[in-house]
Amino acid sequence: MTVKSTSRARKKAAPGVPDSARTGQDAPAELVQLLTPEGDRVENPEFPLTVSPEELRALYRDLVLVRRFDGEATALQRQGELGLWASLLGQEAAQVGSGRAMREGDYAFPTYREHGVAWCRGVDPLNLLGMFRGVNHGGWDPNEKNFHLYTIVIGSQTLHATGYAMGITKDGAEDAVIAYFGDGASSQGDVNEAFTFASVYNAPVVFFCQNNQWAISEPTVNQTKIPLYRRASGFGFPGVRVDGNDVLACLAVTRWALDRARNGGGPVLIEAFTYRMGAHTTSDDPTRYRSAEETEAWKAKDPIARLRAHLEKEGLADEEFFAAVDTESEALGLRVREGVRSMPDPDPTLIFDHVYAEPHALVEEERAEYVAYAQSFEGGE
Amino acid sequence: MSKLTMSKAINEGLRKCLETDPKTVIMGEDVGKLGGVFRVTDGLQKDFGEDRVIDTPLAESGIMGTAIGLALRGYRPIVEIQFDGFVYPAFDQIVTQLAKMHARALGHVKMPVTVRIPYAGGIGAVEHHSESHEAYFAHTAGLRVVTPSNPDDAYWMLRQSVESDDPVIFLEPKARYWDKAEISAAPVLDLHAAKVVRPGTDLTLLAYGPMVKTCLEAAAVAEQDGHRIEVVDLRSLSPVDFATLAESVKRTGRAVVVHEAPVFMGMGAELAARLTEQCFYHLEAPILRVGGYFAPYPPSRVEEQFLPDLDRVLDAVDRALAF
Ligand SMILES: Cc1ncc(C[n+]2csc(CCOP(=O)(O)OP(=O)(O)O)c2C)c(N)n1
Ligand SMILES: [Mg+2]
Repeated sequence: MTVKSTSRARKKAAPGVPDSARTGQDAPAELVQLLTPEGDRVENPEFPLTVSPEELRALYRDLVLVRRFDGEATALQRQGELGLWASLLGQEAAQVGSGRAMREGDYAFPTYREHGVAWCRGVDPLNLLGMFRGVNHGGWDPNEKNFHLYTIVIGSQTLHATGYAMGITKDGAEDAVIAYFGDGASSQGDVNEAFTFASVYNAPVVFFCQNNQWAISEPTVNQTKIPLYRRASGFGFPGVRVDGNDVLACLAVTRWALDRARNGGGPVLIEAFTYRMGAHTTSDDPTRYRSAEETEAWKAKDPIARLRAHLEKEGLADEEFFAAVDTESEALGLRVREGVRSMPDPDPTLIFDHVYAEPHALVEEERAEYVAYAQSFEGGE
Repeated sequence: MSKLTMSKAINEGLRKCLETDPKTVIMGEDVGKLGGVFRVTDGLQKDFGEDRVIDTPLAESGIMGTAIGLALRGYRPIVEIQFDGFVYPAFDQIVTQLAKMHARALGHVKMPVTVRIPYAGGIGAVEHHSESHEAYFAHTAGLRVVTPSNPDDAYWMLRQSVESDDPVIFLEPKARYWDKAEISAAPVLDLHAAKVVRPGTDLTLLAYGPMVKTCLEAAAVAEQDGHRIEVVDLRSLSPVDFATLAESVKRTGRAVVVHEAPVFMGMGAELAARLTEQCFYHLEAPILRVGGYFAPYPPSRVEEQFLPDLDRVLDAVDRALAF
């Protein structure tokens, strides 16, 4: 190495941070894992987890059905039934693990990709498809399942989650909140302000960052020089990096964090280290910016394959069980397909509905104008 | 130059800016390898390097604020905001800092920052991807606001915007990105000049950006009914070329303003008020406005009903002519 290049490298290195940790890319040793990619159970004294065979099978079922729903939606977009779809392929364990860690009274604030969390909250998958078909901007009552509407503006919801959590504290309740966001979102001012508020008010909120390595075409190194979970310490709360393709680790760590929050411990940042196996959305072409080898390497860490391997190795599920899940998956696919195809186009007067909670003169005037105008065409041809 | 789409025309314009002025830099999300979600910056990072075409962290306030800092240091940043609905995190920097810096510094510092924003609807997108927020920017003194309606204007107006020593909000009508046209060898008009794009005698349609095409189509249909409609492309929303507009309206005696943004407090309100003052004794009818409704931009399956179309423009034309 020449002197010149050495000094240049020195200059670029962040002082006091070991080289291995300077990129968010390579998962260092502190990654919490309870199930290896080969399907072997490992223990972590900090995050003990006892799961019954029944629970393991239920998690497997969740993962398979969520992936099926997601795949069906991708297909429906290709067929022109949806305008767009943001696939969660590869992130099923992060979402099912964290989603199943929640209690009924807990509240989730998703991005636009949390279809697996919605599933765990009991939101009808068909409800998620309305906004991607273009018939509504949300389409479910957030308070019915404590699952907030999808938020497209990156990072906004982390503040809403924090405020909601502050409300829980004021109420003296024992619920907790979970705010989902991505590696890209970690750069937004809103997210950093949410960290500040949560810390200062000791709010019962868990920040669940799915680091899927990409923000559209930008790798995580464009957002951070240190692993994301370490950001938490600067704000004064713990950060944990968990294997996001390990449903058990995600379950255990999120359960711990939610319980800690509900018991007055304040916020936690969880970085679920995972991978976006598909395109950013159906409009995206990832071949322009990342290699097939990278995607291939992550395939070996597939969240569903490893749980299945575990169930088979340990003799916790038989052929009959897997066949039953497959049958259920087919039925779900069919229901989603038919449900989307028969989703009616909204009446255009929906434009004027719910703009305000109370009557607004201008909106009503324009609604009447629109109706009269539309009627002038009917039978007029 | 051969025929180019609007997105390619802007791409070529950016390329020229990078070539001719070493102080220009492009900043934005996914503008590098991906070439932007609309491919407007396609190939630029490859040819000019990561120092000139910068994939920024995902933070619009950060992009805008650091662009201001770069401008203070003598650079000429060209910022891309990925979609209209995502400019709001940068709004504070744009309104409180970018727009006012020159005045506050008594002219000692300049803010040659161009902010490119794909805006307006009609592409069947999800929420926040179809909005027309030009009035917010036009309402802010210190910002220049322009919007091309065709590839030729897109190319030359972009180059003129980048050359300007003031901040320019450059609004790109995304529904027109794929329209093709020849690019002139030299700019024909000043950045802030309006242009009569179809001459007529009976009524003036005033439009900009995505609605110019709709108005040209409406004028063609009206001709079949014997109405000779003039269409004026504003091109610039701040400043507005009122001289060209008033000349046209005085001649035709009637005007209809068309934009996608909600009518209430939109550009049309300012245009109608000023032109009424300037053309009062020539007017045969009140200046009418056609635009979006006073409601959030709707889900895409009903955006056709929200957006002004041929029928709604012609309906207003008929009403104005009937006065
Ligand atoms: C404020 C804002 N800026 C830009 C966008 C456009 N955009 C949508 S998704 C995305 C990348 C998000 O990356 P990340 O936070 O890692 O989440 P992921 O999509 O990987 O789940 C961008 C830039 C947006 N939706 N909101
Ligand atoms: Mg990401």
